[in-house]
Amino acid sequence: MALCLRGSLCLCGEMISRTLHHRDTEISPRHRRSLINLGLSLFLVLIVFSLASAQKKSSCIECHIRLDDPRLSAPAKLFDNDIHKSRGLSCNDCHGGDPNADTKEAAKDPSKGYLGKPKTLDIPAYCGKCHSDANLMKRFNPSLRVDQEREYYTSVHGKLLKEKNETRVATCISCHSVHGIRTPTDPLSSVYPSNVATTCAKFHASADYMKPFGIPSDQFDKYQTSVHAKALYDKQDLSAPTCNDCHGNHGATPPGIASVANVCGQCHGRQAELFQTSPHKKAFDEKQLAECITCHSNHAILKPNDQMIGTQQGALCINCHSSGDKGFAAAGMMRSRIDELIASIDKSTAILKDAEEKGMEVSKPKFELKGATDALTHARVLIHSSSTAEVDKVVGPGLDVASKGYQAGLAALGERRFRREGLIVSLVFILFLALLVYFKIRQIESRQTSNTGSTS
Amino acid sequence: MNPDTRKTANRNSGLPESPPRRSFLDYLLGASALATLGAIVYPIFKFMSPPQIVESAENSVVAAKLSEVPPNSGKIFKFGNKPGILVHTAPGEFKAFSAVCTHLECIVQYRDDTKQIWCACHNGQYNLSGKNIGGPPPRPLEEYKVNTRGDDVVVTRG
Amino acid sequence: MRIASITNWLDERLSISTLAAVAQKKEVPRHRHSIWYYFGGMTLFLFAVQVVTGILLLLYYRPSAENAFESVQFIITEVKFGWLIRSIHSWSANLMIATLFIHMFSVFFLRAYYPPREITWVSGAFLLIIVICFGFSGYLLPWNKLAFFATKVGTEIAGVVPIVGRPILRFLRGGDDVTGATLTRFFGFHVAVLPATATVFIAIHVALVQLHGMHVPQKYEHNYQRMKFFPNFIMRDLIGWILAIGVLAALAALFPWELGEKADAFAPAPAGIKPEWYFLFMFQTLKWIPAKILGLDGEVLGIMAFNVIALLLFIVPFIDRDPENRRRHLIFNICGVFALLFIVVMTIVGYVTK
Repeated sequence: MALCLRGSLCLCGEMISRTLHHRDTEISPRHRRSLINLGLSLFLVLIVFSLASAQKKSSCIECHIRLDDPRLSAPAKLFDNDIHKSRGLSCNDCHGGDPNADTKEAAKDPSKGYLGKPKTLDIPAYCGKCHSDANLMKRFNPSLRVDQEREYYTSVHGKLLKEKNETRVATCISCHSVHGIRTPTDPLSSVYPSNVATTCAKFHASADYMKPFGIPSDQFDKYQTSVHAKALYDKQDLSAPTCNDCHGNHGATPPGIASVANVCGQCHGRQAELFQTSPHKKAFDEKQLAECITCHSNHAILKPNDQMIGTQQGALCINCHSSGDKGFAAAGMMRSRIDELIASIDKSTAILKDAEEKGMEVSKPKFELKGATDALTHARVLIHSSSTAEVDKVVGPGLDVASKGYQAGLAALGERRFRREGLIVSLVFILFLALLVYFKIRQIESRQTSNTGSTS
Repeated sequence: MNPDTRKTANRNSGLPESPPRRSFLDYLLGASALATLGAIVYPIFKFMSPPQIVESAENSVVAAKLSEVPPNSGKIFKFGNKPGILVHTAPGEFKAFSAVCTHLECIVQYRDDTKQIWCACHNGQYNLSGKNIGGPPPRPLEEYKVNTRGDDVVVTRG
Repeated sequence: MRIASITNWLDERLSISTLAAVAQKKEVPRHRHSIWYYFGGMTLFLFAVQVVTGILLLLYYRPSAENAFESVQFIITEVKFGWLIRSIHSWSANLMIATLFIHMFSVFFLRAYYPPREITWVSGAFLLIIVICFGFSGYLLPWNKLAFFATKVGTEIAGVVPIVGRPILRFLRGGDDVTGATLTRFFGFHVAVLPATATVFIAIHVALVQLHGMHVPQKYEHNYQRMKFFPNFIMRDLIGWILAIGVLAALAALFPWELGEKADAFAPAPAGIKPEWYFLFMFQTLKWIPAKILGLDGEVLGIMAFNVIALLLFIVPFIDRDPENRRRHLIFNICGVFALLFIVVMTIVGYVTK
């Protein structure tokens, strides 16, 4: 169809051009071209209009958009930006009825399948009509999943809706909005990664709304302080997790103690892997402690720091371990190894900075010192193994690199000393020479005066 | 010109009364002049003699010898003041990238089992086009050009 | 015996003895202001140091945006005594400009440009411009951040001049922006064009000084002693030069010239970029000048004013030529003192202000 249309369009343009060419040879080529363009665009407009009216006649929109009650006109207005519209769907594809009918009664005739506005309880099935139909969805978006409805009923939202007839829970439209639905990849969508948290917070941050359900409402505030929110909002890193990355989206539910490590391990795989091999694994399982969040908390996950490990006041290890047990010793040991590396890096950085400030060129050892910071970052990951030996494997080489940096700093300062000593020696020579030349001049001039006598 | 000075000039250019004798001052002067000259010429001479490392070029570097990187292996090399990673892929192609992980600047490594570039610090993964495909890295690795010149694998910044 | 025959052989061909006789006869006036005579020679000596160290640096330096910074870094870290040669080159350049200014002002205040020494003065003024160009072009060569932005600002200033500004800017930069092309260009100026030009003008300048002899200030014209140029004067010069070597070595060892960070065209300009100290007074003036003066762009006016002053510098000996004209004498002294004060004050202000 489109091909045929384009063909006829070309033909038409050709015809216009020929007629013009034959009829009026006096028209300048520039004029002729603009005339052709005008003709072509008129023709195009006509075609588009006729196509639109042929395919898209919708008495629903025509009527609703004129209604005074915003509750009734809003859907018609919002629908312009809806993903469904751009896929060629219209009101009746969800709501049924006859968009060709001219009267309200005829259009909303239940015999023509008119459904009207669904009840909250029916919404998941309402959307699921299409979205759960694999054969149907394939035609619009082959890669889109079709299990949202089923997933939804596994969520806390879905269970409450289905089992308790609780209508205050979130359904499809609570998150995706309605009539103005956009794809999750659209930055204006309510479920675009950087908008998800505010979308959930609409209800979950309201203490009043959450009261009947007996769950807290501070998750959003806590999340805002987390390292994840910083990555997402400050660094615009869309891969940083927001609510649905841990809780799931359609199947939204708290991960639970047993699976939290798997959730975090999606991104923090290395730490999760190390943790699985650590003696903590068994202990946590036995004590029914949630992995990861016991130390890192859940929503307010802050950037970890070295104070968290060790045996000093404020360290997390002493919450369970006490002086004398094996873990206590290991915690203290790992911390002291990390501190040792930090101190060593600081020492090398300081001496190199000193050398640099004194004008020595130390960019190369400064570069090589990066290996030590690298080891430090790595060591901070390895503490999840709870094994001093593992941590030592990277701290050891890190210390070597740092001490090499220190040596380089010492060498640079030594070179500076050498230059100064060399300078003193050569200055002595130079000044001595200058002095000798001065004496020579005196000698020559005294000879000259004695030669000339007192004549001058 | 003052006639007196002309007379002086004539006198001086003529034969001196006493034969030119080298005084102690002259010897000392000569010796220290030589020493100073030496102190000037020595650094110049040292400066001109080629240093240990002969290349200063940094937009191109010999990353490895062919024999150092068999297929399905990688090597970290120094490129300017950043580390780079050279990968000899299993099919036999050479690839080179900045070895600084875009997450927290650890140095990445090649894993011959997954055939990916991997950052040990936080399990960041990059494919062999340098694209971040797993873990926390937010951006791909910067890619360099690789050429082989005889036995040398030469990496060049774009 | 042998030495005598070689001397004879050379003498027959080069007439050394004639030259020696001339040198023997050459004399230098001796009076209270004789000290200023040494600054010309000192400038020449420092220029020689520049030539020697410059040639040495050429052995390792690579004039391209990719390599320039690294090659200088290489010189000061890997090459033996590279730090010394490089620092001496930088310090000597600055000292040379300082001694050149001293030389110029001493000549100005002592009226050494009176006839018949006008051309000596003019050739000296040319040398001043050349040396400033040396400084400006050489500053960019290490291709570090500060130099990059200083060059950007410096060429920008040239571009402000109406009509000719834009072509001059494009000529200097080798394009619309400061790029690797600018570096190659500045390198060409610094090591070929400017040295060749400088050699010609130095030759003229020194030859004219030999021709006319040293100028004696009016006050001492009838009351001064003489000193033989060789060896008395030259040995005094020598002491100065030996001390200069000592000063250069000390500066290089105690205050090695910094290299800074490599230039990056996309990095934001570092805060408080300042040109080399000898441009600072102009830089500061342009900063202080009001944006609009009588409806004209203040900066353009400032630049034009500096151009006019530079032009005036060349024609000084043609305006002030009569030793008996006391009034003009006074005006010139006032102008000179004012210029000197202006330069000193503005330079200090430029240093102190952020």
